[in-house]
Amino acid sequence: MSTDATADRISEVSQKFGISPEDYMLPARHMINLLDPDGTLRPQDQQGTEPGHEYPLPSPARLMEAYSALVTGRRVNDQNSALVRQGRMAVYPSSHGQEACQVAAALCLEDGDWLFPTYRDTVAVLTKGVAPMEVMTSFRGEWHCGYDPKAYNCAPMATPLTTQLLHAVGVAHAAKLRGENTVVVAMCGDGATSEGDFHEALNFAAVFNLPVIFFVQNNKYAISVPFSQQSAAPSLAHKAVGYGMAGERVDGNDLMALMSVMTRAVRLAREGNGPLLIEAHTYRMQAHTNADDDKRYREDAEVIEWKAKDPVTRMQAYLDDAGLLTEEAAAKITEAAEAVAKDLRDGMNQDANTDPRELFEHVFSTKTPQLAEQQALLVDELDREEA
Amino acid sequence: MTTTSQVNPNVSDATARAAAQAAAKNQPVTFGKALNTALADALTAEKSVVIFGEDVGTLGGVFRITDGLTARFGNERCFDTPLAESGIVGMAVGMAMNGMRPVIEMQFDAFAYPAFEQINSHVAKMRNRTQGRLPLPMVIRIPYAGGVGGVEHHCDSSEAYYSHTPGLKVFTPSTVADAYLMLREAIDSEDPVIFFEPKKLYWSKEQVDLEALAAEYEARKAAKTEGVARIARAGKDATLITYGPSVSVAMEAAKLAAEEGISLEVVDIRTIVPFDDETVSASVRKTGRAIVVAEAQGFASVASEIVARVQERCFHSLAAPVLRVTGFDIPFPAPTLEKYNLPSAERILDTLDQLQWEA
Ligand SMILES: Cc1ncc(C[n+]2csc(CCOP(=O)(O)OP(=O)(O)O)c2C)c(N)n1
Ligand SMILES: [Mg+2]
Repeated sequence: MSTDATADRISEVSQKFGISPEDYMLPARHMINLLDPDGTLRPQDQQGTEPGHEYPLPSPARLMEAYSALVTGRRVNDQNSALVRQGRMAVYPSSHGQEACQVAAALCLEDGDWLFPTYRDTVAVLTKGVAPMEVMTSFRGEWHCGYDPKAYNCAPMATPLTTQLLHAVGVAHAAKLRGENTVVVAMCGDGATSEGDFHEALNFAAVFNLPVIFFVQNNKYAISVPFSQQSAAPSLAHKAVGYGMAGERVDGNDLMALMSVMTRAVRLAREGNGPLLIEAHTYRMQAHTNADDDKRYREDAEVIEWKAKDPVTRMQAYLDDAGLLTEEAAAKITEAAEAVAKDLRDGMNQDANTDPRELFEHVFSTKTPQLAEQQALLVDELDREEA
Repeated sequence: MTTTSQVNPNVSDATARAAAQAAAKNQPVTFGKALNTALADALTAEKSVVIFGEDVGTLGGVFRITDGLTARFGNERCFDTPLAESGIVGMAVGMAMNGMRPVIEMQFDAFAYPAFEQINSHVAKMRNRTQGRLPLPMVIRIPYAGGVGGVEHHCDSSEAYYSHTPGLKVFTPSTVADAYLMLREAIDSEDPVIFFEPKKLYWSKEQVDLEALAAEYEARKAAKTEGVARIARAGKDATLITYGPSVSVAMEAAKLAAEEGISLEVVDIRTIVPFDDETVSASVRKTGRAIVVAEAQGFASVASEIVARVQERCFHSLAAPVLRVTGFDIPFPAPTLEKYNLPSAERILDTLDQLQWEA
């Protein structure tokens, strides 16, 4: 449990790849990108890979599984945005355009591994297996997170930026002390990397040599503030070497590259090589949330430019060309996505099941006398209202 | 400084028995040693207990409260972390989410502030946010308050910030027996506990048999003493309501008052959250007069809360307004000047004079 141990592991693993520890920790010279925006597989020498940074193509079955989750993710984003417009949901931070990142973050994990998402990561949480209506509970305006984190190994979606990265470190640390080989993916945005807890989490994870993958979706904005005002580093992935961990950049709209990079990161972490920092380059296609007006800080032209790099059409084109996306397979995938969307519509049509009396129940394991008194007061008010 | 209690059988049994046995064995024990023993006993009793923080490993902490624990239990049970308070608390949250019972040390009161976001937004709220599915059994130990000639940033009484936050329990022992018992209880609590250790008491000694206390604790484990105040001294003319570092000051004032024929009752709150309205109100209803004594600055403080609660509950029994003796509303002064800020027995007695006694 010391930096020496981490340094030893890094030097060992870099030797295995035949490169220096620095070259292992620094991201490859170019970002990892396997598919062109039109879905063609890039020539091997243009994929950004290099010795020690090799990324084999995922299997067709794996790609189909990921593509299905991607289509569902897009459908969920658009369904939720519609529900907000119809006034049936309080707020929704859409990840339209970032679905490939979210799918890869969840699918790279195995049973027993943990995911630590943010408010932006609905699609990752869904892909981890949480029921659609449970995921949306807090966005509906309810007071709790809606799902049992332990049942899904998925933390509540975190709002205070990067605070959850430290919890991820703690979950990994506890598992390690018990001799369990649990890998944790901890997510945050580009703006959030400026927070102090980002630094503390990466440093702790490296010092204690913990299997945590810090996965940053660089969608170019933190609400209105462009990335250029968050960091002067050559890239966010370059920050890794400063902590003594490996970093990598990946095209965040290229599901195939993401699956390959994340799967390898999970393997390296599980094998005891410590944490990794992965920066995915993507774009937030819609406003920060429905309450935001992105016309105030960015040009339409920029959004249109990114539309051409869409992760869903890119993957679809590749699978079509490869003959994997048969009509039957495509229909099944659409059907699955529609079923989730229907679930959400039906669920949101029902009133939220909120009983104000419950607000006192989970503040402590046992109610303090003061809380019991306050609850009685509210119950009395409610009873009189009903009478 | 052994005491009797008329309130909680658990507290009174424990302290009385401890006092008796200690008298027999005659072994003075420091407050610090009692905390250290509680940590060791908790590590032995429960394998999910882990201790970490700044300098708590090899050094045993700057106050030596974790002395010898790494050597005895190994580097996986008691270890040093990088120097980052938010990191320490945040990692503890994750460990508690995943089956551990972290007991972490903030080196000094004011150095817990970097962790305030973690404490407020997560430690306090995780249970609620998850409808009870993710309880966070963890203890954050904070050496606090002055009286030790500490320099800037080393003497804050920061209990109000935490007491104001729903979801946190706030304990602060004032006797050696309570140092042991309350720390064991905090570690066994299913709720997060902010454990305030009055640093001026670390070296104070009492006749306490720690082994007997441990046996006592194991025997009554389920019967909690949290939320139960202690009558540190029985009296009938007025009540001094106090906690932590101010208990000894209040006891001194009560002794001096007794010499003048005034009988003061001293109530040691022990746990600010949960708060024992019953014991406090019963005492004030009996005496009809009350002063709240606390070292923290008085404005918007725990002392203010206690005054409000007492007047809400005891108005018709009060012969005088409830007054406060607290620190001034100034940044904690330099060592040469701290005595002017700290509540003193003299200041308590002066305040006592203002309680509208009949001529
Ligand atoms: C500690 C903290 N400060 C401020 C906010 C308000 N806030 C919510 S999201 C956000 C922008 C975050 O940007 P980024 O990390 O890039 O993630 P994105 O929203 O782009 O996914 C801000 C400032 C917050 N949630 N937490
Ligand atoms: Mg962003």
